[in-house]
Amino acid sequence: MMQMTGADLIVKLLERQGISTIAGVPGGAALPMYDALSKSEKIHHVLCRHEQGAGFIAQGMARVSGRPEVCLASSGPGATNLITAIADAKLDSIPIIALTGQVPLSMIGTDAFQEVDTYGLTIPITKHNFLVRSAKELLTAIPAAFRIAMSDRPGPVLVDVPKDVQNQIVSFEEYPDVVVPDAAPSFDIGAIEEIAKMIEAAERPVLYLGGGVIHSGASQLAVTLAEQASLPTTMTLMALGAMPMDHPLSVGMLGMHGARYTNYVLEEADLLICVGARFDDRAIGKTAEFCPNAKIIHIDIDRSELHKVKTAHVAIAGDVGQVLSELLPRVKPQLRKRWLSHVESLKGRFPLAMPGVDNPRSPYGLIHAVASCLDDSAIITSDVGQHQMWVAQAYPFRRARQWLNSGGLGTMGFGFPAAIGAALAEPERTVVCFSGDGSLKMNIQEMATAAQENANVKIVLFNNQSLGLVHQQQNLFYGKRIMASRYERPTDFLKIAEGFGMRAVDLDPAPNPRAVLAEALNTPGPCLIHATIDPNEFVYPMVPPGAANSEMIG
Amino acid sequence: MSEQNTNLSEYIPDVPEHTGFKKVVLELGVANHPGVMSHICGLFARRAFNVEGILCMPVGSGETSRIWLLIFEDERLEKMIRQVEKLEDVLYVKQHDGEHPVFGRLDEFFK
Repeated sequence: MMQMTGADLIVKLLERQGISTIAGVPGGAALPMYDALSKSEKIHHVLCRHEQGAGFIAQGMARVSGRPEVCLASSGPGATNLITAIADAKLDSIPIIALTGQVPLSMIGTDAFQEVDTYGLTIPITKHNFLVRSAKELLTAIPAAFRIAMSDRPGPVLVDVPKDVQNQIVSFEEYPDVVVPDAAPSFDIGAIEEIAKMIEAAERPVLYLGGGVIHSGASQLAVTLAEQASLPTTMTLMALGAMPMDHPLSVGMLGMHGARYTNYVLEEADLLICVGARFDDRAIGKTAEFCPNAKIIHIDIDRSELHKVKTAHVAIAGDVGQVLSELLPRVKPQLRKRWLSHVESLKGRFPLAMPGVDNPRSPYGLIHAVASCLDDSAIITSDVGQHQMWVAQAYPFRRARQWLNSGGLGTMGFGFPAAIGAALAEPERTVVCFSGDGSLKMNIQEMATAAQENANVKIVLFNNQSLGLVHQQQNLFYGKRIMASRYERPTDFLKIAEGFGMRAVDLDPAPNPRAVLAEALNTPGPCLIHATIDPNEFVYPMVPPGAANSEMIG
Repeated sequence: MSEQNTNLSEYIPDVPEHTGFKKVVLELGVANHPGVMSHICGLFARRAFNVEGILCMPVGSGETSRIWLLIFEDERLEKMIRQVEKLEDVLYVKQHDGEHPVFGRLDEFFK
């Protein structure tokens, strides 16, 4: 018979589940859990400067490892500060476990100090959530949280634990088993045969890969399918890296900021094979005009995604890796010389324009200069805005989980703490966070965390002293009326970084910015690399929000 | 940027018409604990899906409950059911026609 407090049980269950790093911020209602953590020899606690930073550090760890990671916060403001990071994980299907302290059971509903209805607040932004009402329930709730977070379509799970439950003594015979993901749903082989026939019969097929390919670990299978059936392949923002960007069959990222030829190839497709993607509006533009001539095959583990936006001719609910494994032996090798040479000619006529690519003081040039200092082992994160789209368009991603960004929720402030998480999870890699001056300020306090942990994170800051994508849209769609998108006063980011104990270098005054960049990227430890960018550089092409992808401007 | 684009404006699609007049009854088997109703009602409320009636009682030993929902048929019904089925606490969803007797004798309490 074992006997311990709820808080000790939580820590033991996390350890048994293989958790070795937790990001969090303590507070009154979480103190018993922190006391239990002080006794753990297996778990390293990373003290963040804001709970949102803790949430994104957990996300960064989970996005590179593919397994659930944990963040911890207190009740009330601790929990509400976590909310953005949890919602972000929901939209990008990232397995994180958010543990929150709560006021004691007897005080719930009394507007007690630092009381907020964390359970109610997080219902729509979690895959599932728990309000644990006895220490005994932890024996089922904690393992269930891990199982749910990593099974089927991954996602965030929140466990809210009142302080008295953390202190309550629980007795039990043995620990619950370490949980593993549930088996993926079984699917109909008949549908696989049908897909194979449709691919064989198609004249102008396109393979459309989404983040599900990354989550499922199916990138290699997807590339093999493309090669076997000669399928031009487009990737969503979430799938970049699934197929190497320089692969001859890659037609790059589709959607609002995809290259012209990519959207034209999709326009001409007679068969669209969607694998682990969800027809997001930023990817497909106006729904009715997306792939107007194509039959649609949709493979996704989440049945509710099938037929949600576009009605599929054949839809399979299953793990994309398992489905592709069944599909590959049934797909006849084809060369498709005509279609591929047509795709090639579209690519030649309407390529992605990258003005300034040879100039490291321009957006595309800086991205290429960074890439040329790194190999494929580096992890690249981004914040949200113009720099994110430039990186998505131009960085030579070549492997799954190389690229971490906030795709669904589009959270400014994601990139830097996610990069810290990535560096904590895989300390042997260099992690580069491309950021903008607007985004970086949203979680800039985590510079202290990066310095404390000596995380190998390099921020490459595109500073245009504005909210660039807002500025761009006001220029393009709101009659050039610039409202609240320019920062009137400059910020001295170099001083800020140094104030937090981080090294900082400035490319602006450097006679040889490439050399400064290479030295900074190749020196271990956290560093801010500052570069001024012209605020009138816009991301092109651009599909106006709500318009068809064929209506690109620029 | 050239002048040609200055007249562009952001295109925002209209809200589609959804609600029909035919009624449908949904039967949900759910785990019985506080919070389950919030999970389910939230899904319908967010999408402004018209729920006309709700009945909920525990079943058997009280481990599970059964929820009956009376709703208007809507082109989004299938998608809605798939979202409900995805909830961890929902064990099954069955669809019945609007004439199902479960709501039949309730009229007298709403006079």
